[in-house]
Amino acid sequence: MGEIKVMREDLRPPAPPPKRHFISIKDVTRDDLERLLATARTFARSMEREVKKLPTLKGRLVINVFYESSTRTSSSFELAAKRLSADTMSIKSTGSSVDKGESLKDTAITLGAYDPDVIVIRHPQIGAPNLVARVTDAHIVNAGDGKHQHPTQALLDLYTIKEEFGRVDGLHVAIVGDVLHSRVARSLVQALALMGAHVTLVGPPALLPRGIEAMGCETTTAIAALGAADVVYLLRMQRERMEEGANFVPSLREYAARWGVTAERLRPGQKVMHPGPMNRGVEIDPRVADHADALIETQVRAGLVTRMAVLYDLLVGAPAPVPVGDPVEVA
Amino acid sequence: MLFRKETSRENLVVRGARVLDPAQGVDEILDVRIDNGVVAALGTELEPNSHRVLEADGLVLAPAFVDTHVHLRTPGREDEETIASGTAAAAAGGFCAILAMPNTDPVVDSRATLGSLIETARAEAEIPVGFLAAITKGQTGAELTEMGELADAGAAGFTDDGIPVASPGLMRRALQYSAVTRRRIAVHCEEPTLSRGGQMHEGEVSAELGFAGYPSVAESLMVERDLALAAYERQPIHVLHLSAWESVQALRRARGAGIEATGEVTPHHLCLTDEAVRSLDPNVKMNPPLRSDSDRTALIEGLKDGTVTCIATDHAPHARHEKEVPFEAAPFGVTGLETAFAAVYTHLVEPGVVSLETILERMSTGPARAYGLAEPHIAVGAPANLVLLDLRASYSIAEGTFHSRSVNSWLLGETVRGRVRATIADGRLVYSS
Repeated sequence: MGEIKVMREDLRPPAPPPKRHFISIKDVTRDDLERLLATARTFARSMEREVKKLPTLKGRLVINVFYESSTRTSSSFELAAKRLSADTMSIKSTGSSVDKGESLKDTAITLGAYDPDVIVIRHPQIGAPNLVARVTDAHIVNAGDGKHQHPTQALLDLYTIKEEFGRVDGLHVAIVGDVLHSRVARSLVQALALMGAHVTLVGPPALLPRGIEAMGCETTTAIAALGAADVVYLLRMQRERMEEGANFVPSLREYAARWGVTAERLRPGQKVMHPGPMNRGVEIDPRVADHADALIETQVRAGLVTRMAVLYDLLVGAPAPVPVGDPVEVA
Repeated sequence: MLFRKETSRENLVVRGARVLDPAQGVDEILDVRIDNGVVAALGTELEPNSHRVLEADGLVLAPAFVDTHVHLRTPGREDEETIASGTAAAAAGGFCAILAMPNTDPVVDSRATLGSLIETARAEAEIPVGFLAAITKGQTGAELTEMGELADAGAAGFTDDGIPVASPGLMRRALQYSAVTRRRIAVHCEEPTLSRGGQMHEGEVSAELGFAGYPSVAESLMVERDLALAAYERQPIHVLHLSAWESVQALRRARGAGIEATGEVTPHHLCLTDEAVRSLDPNVKMNPPLRSDSDRTALIEGLKDGTVTCIATDHAPHARHEKEVPFEAAPFGVTGLETAFAAVYTHLVEPGVVSLETILERMSTGPARAYGLAEPHIAVGAPANLVLLDLRASYSIAEGTFHSRSVNSWLLGETVRGRVRATIADGRLVYSS
């Protein structure tokens, strides 16, 4: 331990106001991420108990609105809210008034009328959470907006890496695959850069967005580059985003041959991550997916506690807020 | 080629303004007397006789503006704009003439549609308005419109604005035929297979935000193609809404080689870059998209050296509910008629980037010349087409102040400088505040 500086409590700068929303990694600081990770860790310990429910958010309402299909994200948000004793409501676009052509603005206003504390939203279009934030008073959590951001995925990935390595700072992470269509990649690159990791993006030229290096990463088309990484993070080859005739790659077969991650392309001890759902045999060889070095199931578990941390952080605020008194004269 | 409702011409004296007409080399404090809509005298302490007097101490009196790129949304989307509301907005923006684009519903591709627009303009246009007709029927890029008949019926020029003419063969035919119509072909340059799905300029910002990119080369490739065709056919051509530096380069080369090519740039491309899209505000979504800082710099340089011959607003009104959606779901386009001068004055003239004289020329003489319209100027005997500007006025752009039926302005909430105090169009006082 170095020198400890003690500052009189009433001379400390006021704590920043609690965050209103969790929409983009761009909006948070490293301190915010560290705090969320620490909170998640606390929840992970409480999840080891026999009774896993905590009373923290009793009486609060969390609405999950999913305009895109999702298994992991929607179920973990729902469970996270339930574990914290919040009331939850889940709305899917199919079978709701969205089917009848209701605009996002009107749906948001309708849901806002129930005075939810948090609205968790996934939407195929960039900026949808920002729009909901403008028309309701709820805290907004972005569960994925188009190709833009998926900040809770980035948080759970950081958590997984930190649990495995004890740190994120100084690690080298290679993110492999369809970066162009990946909100996971965008949030993760920002989060890793904030935490001091070194990031290399690997993929076919047309799937590495022009100018993405400005986010604080390097890019290469050479799959061999993943040899240098501590963590190999695979992105799903998003077949449903591959418009007909776009020719991002000549074929999925050629993609799998050149950029698919096989055991031969990894060195022993390298950790493999994947946000799911996996396309076995395309971006990931089944042997890699099932190997002990794959942290994929750990990621799913981390999803629960990190999403609990996000809900807690927005509704209860940063732990132990610093009391701010009137300024005093210092002689 | 321009149509307006018939009202009586004004007798007016504008007293004590700084009269600034760069094309005439005039820049002095003068009174201007207008008799029956025509500038009758320039001088000091002119007798008002029984004329109405506009006290203009401390204000600038310049040739009124001409906007060659306006979407009046009529016919088809009169909820967004009408000829009456659009021309009222233009009057409030200091314009004495505007040209409307033909990408309406139905498209202006027949004598009947054009005729009904002209009739409406004669009944309700506050300022003179002209109508461009489409190059291809239904703007489908397949078959030429009857350009000869449309020109005879009063079309001010031809364009498929909003949709590129994908076929070089068809574009060549259109240019060839302009030798018959004697009307300018105006081109919307966008290579559709390169821009497909694009939401914003392809670059660092799109990479970070995740929007599909609309690369500069999608524009410049078509600019090069159309300039090459115009050169080959020895026909004049007007390039709409330039956004990329490569396009400015191409236009500069073409003009240098003697091709009769003109080009326009919008206020938003002169004032903003793709950084503005970080706000995710649908009111900064337009086609062509806001581009990088180096593109913006090249547009400004082009404007200064005369490569870019006009500023045009590309005024594109959209219904409120169509813009109150996520960025990707929103239509392209922003309004601009009422904010054009304030935007460029605030962002370019005040910071000393472009001179006031250059801006005035590119908003008046330049655009008029591109389509062969009468060039507004301040001289005895000229029809009064004048704008009175208060360069010191500072105000905030608010929804409630628009004459346009739509409020999708990129300047909402911004404090700007430079206010239009009065507009005289074709001898009528059409706006004063």
